[in-house]
Amino acid sequence: MTALANLAAALAGGDVEVIDLTHTLDPDFPVIVLPPEFGQCARFRMEEISAYDHRGPGWKWHNISMSEHTGTHFDAPCHWVSGRDLPQSAVDEIPVDRFVGPVVVIDCSAQSAQDPDFLMTPAHIEAWETEHDRIPEDAWVLMRSDWSKKSGAAYLNMADDGPHSPGPSPEAIRFLIEERNILGFGTETVGTDAGQGMHLSPPYPAHFLLHGAGKYGLQCLCGLDRLPPTGAILMAAPLKIRNGTGSPLRVLALVEKDSA
Amino acid sequence: MARLGYDGVVVTAPVSVPYERYSIETAHWWIARALRGTLQAAGLKPAELDGFTVSSFTLFPDTAVGLTQHLGLCPRWLDHIPMGGASGVIALRRAARAVQAGDADIVACVAGDTNHIDSFRSLLSSFSRFASDASYPYGYGGPNANFALLTDRYMQDFNATREDFGRICVAQRDNALRNLNAVMKKPLTMEAYLNARPIADPIALYDCVMPCAGAEAFLVMREEEAIKRNLPFARIKGTIERHNAHAGNPIQLRGGWTLDVDDLYGMAQCAPEDMDLVQTYDDYPVISMMQIEDLGFCDKGGAPEFLRGRDMTVTGDFPHNTNGGQLSAGQAGAAGGFIGLVEAIRQVTWTAEGTQVPGARRALVSGFGMINYDRGVCSAAAILEGAA
Amino acid sequence: MTDPLQPPVKKNPQKRTVSPTRPPESRSRAALGLTAAAAEGRFALQCCAECGAVQYPPRDACCACLSVALDWRDVSPKGQLIAETRIRATTSLYFRDRLPWRTGTVQLDVGPSVICHVHGECEKGARVELWNRLDRAGQGVLIAVPEERTPNMQDDPQLRAMTSDPKHRRVLITDGRAPNAPALTKALLAAGAASVFLGEGETWRPYPERTALEALGVEFLPLDVTDTSSVNRMASEYGGKVDILINNARFLRPGGVLARGDTGFARDEIEVNYLGLMRLAQAFGPAMCGRTGDGVNSAVAWVNILAATSLSNSPEMGCFSASQAAARALSQSLRGEFRTSGLRVMNVYVGPTEDDWHQPLPPPKVAPGALARDVVSGLRNGLEDVYCGDVAKDMSLKFARDPKVLERELTMGGET
Repeated sequence: MTALANLAAALAGGDVEVIDLTHTLDPDFPVIVLPPEFGQCARFRMEEISAYDHRGPGWKWHNISMSEHTGTHFDAPCHWVSGRDLPQSAVDEIPVDRFVGPVVVIDCSAQSAQDPDFLMTPAHIEAWETEHDRIPEDAWVLMRSDWSKKSGAAYLNMADDGPHSPGPSPEAIRFLIEERNILGFGTETVGTDAGQGMHLSPPYPAHFLLHGAGKYGLQCLCGLDRLPPTGAILMAAPLKIRNGTGSPLRVLALVEKDSA
Repeated sequence: MARLGYDGVVVTAPVSVPYERYSIETAHWWIARALRGTLQAAGLKPAELDGFTVSSFTLFPDTAVGLTQHLGLCPRWLDHIPMGGASGVIALRRAARAVQAGDADIVACVAGDTNHIDSFRSLLSSFSRFASDASYPYGYGGPNANFALLTDRYMQDFNATREDFGRICVAQRDNALRNLNAVMKKPLTMEAYLNARPIADPIALYDCVMPCAGAEAFLVMREEEAIKRNLPFARIKGTIERHNAHAGNPIQLRGGWTLDVDDLYGMAQCAPEDMDLVQTYDDYPVISMMQIEDLGFCDKGGAPEFLRGRDMTVTGDFPHNTNGGQLSAGQAGAAGGFIGLVEAIRQVTWTAEGTQVPGARRALVSGFGMINYDRGVCSAAAILEGAA
Repeated sequence: MTDPLQPPVKKNPQKRTVSPTRPPESRSRAALGLTAAAAEGRFALQCCAECGAVQYPPRDACCACLSVALDWRDVSPKGQLIAETRIRATTSLYFRDRLPWRTGTVQLDVGPSVICHVHGECEKGARVELWNRLDRAGQGVLIAVPEERTPNMQDDPQLRAMTSDPKHRRVLITDGRAPNAPALTKALLAAGAASVFLGEGETWRPYPERTALEALGVEFLPLDVTDTSSVNRMASEYGGKVDILINNARFLRPGGVLARGDTGFARDEIEVNYLGLMRLAQAFGPAMCGRTGDGVNSAVAWVNILAATSLSNSPEMGCFSASQAAARALSQSLRGEFRTSGLRVMNVYVGPTEDDWHQPLPPPKVAPGALARDVVSGLRNGLEDVYCGDVAKDMSLKFARDPKVLERELTMGGET
């Protein structure tokens, strides 16, 4: 049997499961908050065009609007100033083979529960590798914090000095890029950076360093607790938007049964 | 310059089309019946008529002009007189001058209105600009509310009582019982008057007229024409007309008659005490009192006392509104401005039948019309004298 | 003394809600001058520019000298109640539901006699003052009130029918996050509002004033005027309980067209300031219009808080003010659409407010407490147009005088 025939059989037989890592697009889902004098990320909005009524008797449909960075979404390199001049830095230019690949999950949920400002360091990554395996090249690395289980105000966890949520340290991101040559980095929080990431050096290190190196970001993921630390395949294909800096998307993972 | 009299001009052929509370017919229908009645009474054909006046509130969108074609008339003199309660006397004096000058030979003066279930309401809603702007928005009481205010003020200033007004209403009901065509058929007691349902304090049910459908008409012609046709006729001894008098008075306690009353009696060469009967415009009893005062029967504010000592019935010493007036015979729109005049013609020509005042020779007829805003704007009066 | 108005008893669910009716609406064009003055709470009559004669009812020519130069001027509202009646029968459905109705004749010190509504505390023959108020047809009418203010006089049923008094009514303030929400809430509760609902969008985003608002005993409702589904959801749950809606939702950023260089904020301004109002009206309007005859706590007013620059624009807040002008235009359509129900649209035009976005501007600026006071007094006087703060008052006068002159004043001077 061919590889795909095997996959099809495994999917049909339930030996390979498809896991949804995506939040529902909902008008009330939080988006990143910036100082109000800056441009703002549009919330998801939906307006009826018709609903089997005088506006269209036999059909229902909506117009939707949102930012490229609303809900569970993909960040392309050109999202950040550090990646603006790279080739293939917009969502419509990225080769499609980059949208499917292996994924590893580093579980930081215990630390995040203890400390909302938890920063994942190279030491945490190395400890994970000791337990599991070396992170393969061109893999998605997802930081599990269980943050997706929070809702309402607890999700952004905004205080007078800004939001408080876990993320990677600058060193950890450098390590993943320079030592492991990953495909991209993903989180359960509203951004790939920690809530207080603007106070790190460089500010917003995940965004700055990942995109400067041509790597991708995924954020507002959920369901990471259903993924195995290694061995799953991630499918994350953004909409093909000309010169798009990112896109809401459906993030799916293929997981072998009982491997989680 | 001394006013010219109406010598040689007479009024004749009085017709009242019996009133109905509600009618499914139109004003055109009612006016046609009255016109036909008055022409028949004089043995005339429509083509012989060369003058025509019309008064009506419910003729819209037509006027006297539309009626000529509608009714097949070809007058050489035409007038539309939208003056409500004053339109009878005013139609009379205009027609008389036309006949006197030879502009017309025979003028029919007609007033008529229909009354559909909702037509009083729709009439109110389009009566006048000032009423729409400054009267209806305040409780929409219509004329009842306006006259309630005048009555309230009159009672304050002149110590009039409800019984004083009641006396007028009770006497008119008495008169109405002699008039087969009166809408009101039952006697009215003072007790019933005083205990009636309040409408707009101090006005209660029997202070108000009953809106209905009906029509009235008469003819104006030269005296020799009437004699040739063997018609009983009345002479026009004097008339007056006035509009928007006493505009500076804060509330209406007097009408335009006060400006012209001397002229009226001077022209007729008689005095109030020479009248055998008086027909006032009686949409509310306070207005009858106002006319009795302003036409010289007593001083301002003296009407309550004046009437306390008098009997206003047909057989009394001060016969007043002998057919029951609008209060008891009904108010058929603009015909309400004719009812007193038409009855007065019958009285002085001794054709009033049940309501006849024995030996009546001279009648005073007064008209009052058009609550444009807070008061009646038009006032008019005429003295008729029988030929007998 | 007027008996204090009692809170409404709970509604009998088996009884049909009283259908909205309204007093006669028809007016001549001249008479609309009274309406225009009533919209701002002024007592004005036509005065002849040539001979000075004061006219009433409104005319097209002077009844003393036939001059057609008749100006509406504020004149003394004092006079004497010379006659009165209680109307107990009428063919008007509106008044039938409210009989007996007291009216009277007042002889004004300035001359004319007027037929007017009469407050229950006026004695016959007494000195009175006339107030010019909008009735439920939205037209200016005169009501005689005692010369001296008395406790509870606002509760007189005839006067109350001409106002939007918040007493015993339930108020929805659409944006609890707005800097004016605490002051508005306090003022409405102090004016006797039965309850205040505060709309709250983006509950995932905290704001410091919430604790103070909680302490006032308000009810928070999830409501984001940019989110149709949230507006519709809240209207279906609370639409029948909102007697006064105050739309204070506002999105504001400085800058004109060229300074901005894009349509990003403009889109937000339109979403909140214009489409937000439209969404609220589509969701809450029908329910409120259906309840304008519903007794003591009938639905009575729709309040828009608008920038005074909606009257005439300038580049400093050019894009924002354009969205406010759009909202103002929409409010005029709403006045027409709410007309048959008698639901009143009150626009409160505010000058620069004491908040972050106007921080670089010099005073005078409108403090939240001053805005709240004007909103409550506007409701109590049944106004349609309120100009809050010196800047807004100044703008309204200049706008009335000559809109083109105002426009040039506001748009010149950039090069100095």
